[in-house]
Amino acid sequence: MSAVAQAPSGTTGPARRKGGLNEKHGQWAVWLIGPTLLALAIVIGYPVVSAVIQSFQSDAQHIDPTTGALVGGGFAGFENYLHWILQQCAAGGKTIACAPGTLGASFWTSIGNSLFFTVVTVVLETVIGFWMAIIMNRAFKGRALVRAAILVPWAIPTAVTAKLWYFIFASAGIVNAVIGAKILWTSDEWASRFAIVIADTWKTTPFMALLILAGLQLIPEEVYEAGKMDGAGAFQRFFRITLPLVRPALMVAVLFRTLDALRMYDLPAILTNCGGGRGDATTTLSCLVVDQVRQGYSSASALSTITFILIFVVAFIFVRFLGANVVQTQANQQKGILR
Amino acid sequence: MSVAIDVPASRSREHDEAIARARAKARSKSLGPGVRTGIQAIVIVIWCLLPFYWMIVTAFRETSYTYDTALWPTHVTFDNFTTALSTDLGNHLGRALLNSLFIGAVVTVVALAVGTTAAYALARLEFKGKSLIAGLILAASMFPGVALITPLFQLFTNIGWYGQYQTLILPAISFVLPLTVYTLTSFLREMPWDLEEAARIDGCTRIGAFRRVILPLAAPAIFTTAILAFISSWNEYLISSQLASEATQPVTVAIAGFQGSLPHVEPYTTVMAAGTIVTIPLVILVLIFQRRIVAGLTAGGVKG
Amino acid sequence: MRTKRLVLTAGIALVGLALAGCSSSSGGGGGGTDTSGHGPITYVQGKDNSNIVRPLVAEWNAAHPKEKVTFKEQSDKADQQHDDLVQHFQAKSTDYDVVAVDVVWTAEFAAKGWLQPLEGDLKLNTSKLLPATVAAATYNDKLYAAPETSDGGMLYYRTDLVKTPPKTWADMMKDCSIAKTAGIACYAGQFDKYEGLTVNASEAINGAGGKVLTKDGKPDVTSAKAKEGMQNLVDAFKDGNIPAEAITYNEEAGRTAFESGKLMFLRNWPYVYSLAKTDASSVIKDKFDVAPLPGVDGIGASTLGGHSWGVSSYSKNKGTAHDFLEFMLTEKTQKFFASKSLAPVLTSLYDDPEIVKAQPYIPTLKESILSAVPRPVTPFYPAVTKAIQDNAYAALKGTDVDTALKDMATAIDSASS
Repeated sequence: MSAVAQAPSGTTGPARRKGGLNEKHGQWAVWLIGPTLLALAIVIGYPVVSAVIQSFQSDAQHIDPTTGALVGGGFAGFENYLHWILQQCAAGGKTIACAPGTLGASFWTSIGNSLFFTVVTVVLETVIGFWMAIIMNRAFKGRALVRAAILVPWAIPTAVTAKLWYFIFASAGIVNAVIGAKILWTSDEWASRFAIVIADTWKTTPFMALLILAGLQLIPEEVYEAGKMDGAGAFQRFFRITLPLVRPALMVAVLFRTLDALRMYDLPAILTNCGGGRGDATTTLSCLVVDQVRQGYSSASALSTITFILIFVVAFIFVRFLGANVVQTQANQQKGILR
Repeated sequence: MSVAIDVPASRSREHDEAIARARAKARSKSLGPGVRTGIQAIVIVIWCLLPFYWMIVTAFRETSYTYDTALWPTHVTFDNFTTALSTDLGNHLGRALLNSLFIGAVVTVVALAVGTTAAYALARLEFKGKSLIAGLILAASMFPGVALITPLFQLFTNIGWYGQYQTLILPAISFVLPLTVYTLTSFLREMPWDLEEAARIDGCTRIGAFRRVILPLAAPAIFTTAILAFISSWNEYLISSQLASEATQPVTVAIAGFQGSLPHVEPYTTVMAAGTIVTIPLVILVLIFQRRIVAGLTAGGVKG
Repeated sequence: MRTKRLVLTAGIALVGLALAGCSSSSGGGGGGTDTSGHGPITYVQGKDNSNIVRPLVAEWNAAHPKEKVTFKEQSDKADQQHDDLVQHFQAKSTDYDVVAVDVVWTAEFAAKGWLQPLEGDLKLNTSKLLPATVAAATYNDKLYAAPETSDGGMLYYRTDLVKTPPKTWADMMKDCSIAKTAGIACYAGQFDKYEGLTVNASEAINGAGGKVLTKDGKPDVTSAKAKEGMQNLVDAFKDGNIPAEAITYNEEAGRTAFESGKLMFLRNWPYVYSLAKTDASSVIKDKFDVAPLPGVDGIGASTLGGHSWGVSSYSKNKGTAHDFLEFMLTEKTQKFFASKSLAPVLTSLYDDPEIVKAQPYIPTLKESILSAVPRPVTPFYPAVTKAIQDNAYAALKGTDVDTALKDMATAIDSASS
């Protein structure tokens, strides 16, 4: 997260005026941010550390011939990680490439699927969400109802939404009936991917729309009017006024939506059983983790850690190059140090 | 704020008149913009509500006609709703709904309180290690949820919290905190802090200045974040499915547990009825609070 | 400065916590061996369909006020029930005493030491029960669970189109011309990529005389007979005898297609019978019947379904658990199950005239269960079923059958190493 352009040390503008206030900033910060960090440490930090430690163990996989019990386990170093990244499976005492039908074989495919879903759904949701936010921002009769209507897709519990779309996309369902075709939405390679994209876009665009709307609210009307008076057309006003001013809210929305999309699980699981195509067209990384937890917990921990690293890299690229920097304070901004 | 276009610092009379003329012109420009907005609004409403309409039609349809593709309500019955709400088979949708509302309310209030203080620190204060902390908070959203379940399950079972409300509330708060903190931080950054400074110079404490000057202006952002937090907690399924008891389970778990009359049977119509039932309170909540989301900048104290 | 130190100390504390937490949870090794505890227990199963268990629990509670049974219901999805049980067992929770396990989980739970072997004080009389169900609850020659209900696949067929049900797969494919003339689809089973596909693929392989696993747990799917079975399914898809959309079918989708008259032959579980006869939307109420599944040379091998009851190794009141199981295994209880359209495990009930009258499919079901082949009994069942599902699905989607079966064998090998 080194995208923050730190002010040169000791020269924070307002603090200088206030004398010793800057020293107290650190003290204040501890009390203000402490509760957040505590909650996160317990609920997320502890399981993550526990999972990472577990990922260096191996699962008990040998059957004791007399009792039939599963024994084994113990320290395994990077074995679990290599299993996933290099597709090393054991079979008959040897190490071979993972065959289709094992989870390892779908590892790289699932990375591709996760990235595909992320890029497509985030782009679609941003564009459509922006459009919705602009409409919601305008004054017209009945806009209260429009705002309530927009939140409905997001307000229905995910389990119900997934089942609803499964039902809509069934081969005997309403979509096929209306368009008069027999597309296998839950099984064809590309049809299944687009079924998931459509369902996810419908469900999550309200999230984007809401955040962008909040951002649009901060732009005063006078700025637009001044722009109109200066002769700026609609397009120019959008790209020169709206976009830069709504950027902070937009970046937060896109960033978090991306993080969530990379961890997508419910829709592929319920709509397509994480299958499709030859069997893994819609398998996402989280699908693999859930399945692996049933087969061997240590290996699942390794896979979760790999997923985490992948998401971290994506987020890092985001913040660094697209400037989704949230922690730069007003002080730095006002000093003209942008982005 | 760094804006590309100049806004005149002083409002001369000619300037005000020019704006008034521009506004009048926009209003009188026939039905064009109004109708275009109206049409787009209708398209949006249809896009959002069409699948929901299908959900309602299915909810009112007799179970044996689940796959009937007539677009309008046919084989109408209230049976699905009575089944969804009945407690004969051990389903307690009403209680689950109350659980969800309760958990959602607590999560929202706590996450907002905790998140606002953290956002204030990140937006306003300078201290070493700020990027690291912001990064840690963001990193909390990067781990696949399903991998957190086993350690959390063991932790909460060991301390005896299995099946209690705090087991469901604490994880929900933590899941929603990163988004809350980041959203509030990005909005608090945009606030006119010179006014807060002025208030502090005039003798207010930091907290007082924050409360009186900044909070009212940040109200739309705070209500938006509240809705985000509430709906996130509403949709939470992963942790609740493992750690909730029958008495404390929220709506997501209750609906997932709906069973048909025989094994293998998928009670679609009942699930759709249950989904309709649980969505209504949310829609009502949103209708009540929607005005707060778009309160806009109130007059007084804001310069361009 | 202070914040950095704070973060550092917090981090170290977390690692310490995690290491401590890890050392207390490990696999293998069961709970205590005391089998005489008596007291309140908790019985866990998936959702209670049509109120079958609740009255029984109430009856027990009335007769045993000091050893009350608390009934806990899980979600209706098998995978989630499995995960819920795993979480509790891994945490060595004493909350669960008697648990309902699907027949395919017995080996896994037994090998991990989570189920108490039902021997010695906990011995149960299983002589009157269907042998296949007892075999499914046995691991390493010990009984680890008490059979509760069974399930077998049957062939539903249209009596108005087909006078006598086909005895072999080839006969059934020949009958498909009748379906074509009538303008409907011929045959469907469960072919979506889930446990149902493992069931159908195993039935195809076993019905041709092949085996999925040898007695030593080694894969046997590359044998000529196994290939023949798989090839039958693949060819049926290619020839259109199985409609294209059947690749998305689970039990319910097939039932809907059959009930709306769009399917001539359906492979499904017994639950369809009463629904097809009584559903308002069923157009074939009086036009269908059931028969045993067709194999390659005669009656096919249905896959064994059903549930058993296990006693958790970590239970504190195993004595009560044992008594409760004996109560549930009485003829009266089993008859009650049968009246609610669940297949009982008591052999004598299949010839009981009362039950046959109420559920006309019982004789066919008996034949089906007697010739049933259980799914692979292995502690690595989750990985093995995935190996079967994924490769069978690929074969049905166009991958060459030889390659698919070879991959299946390799994947099954990987599952247990």
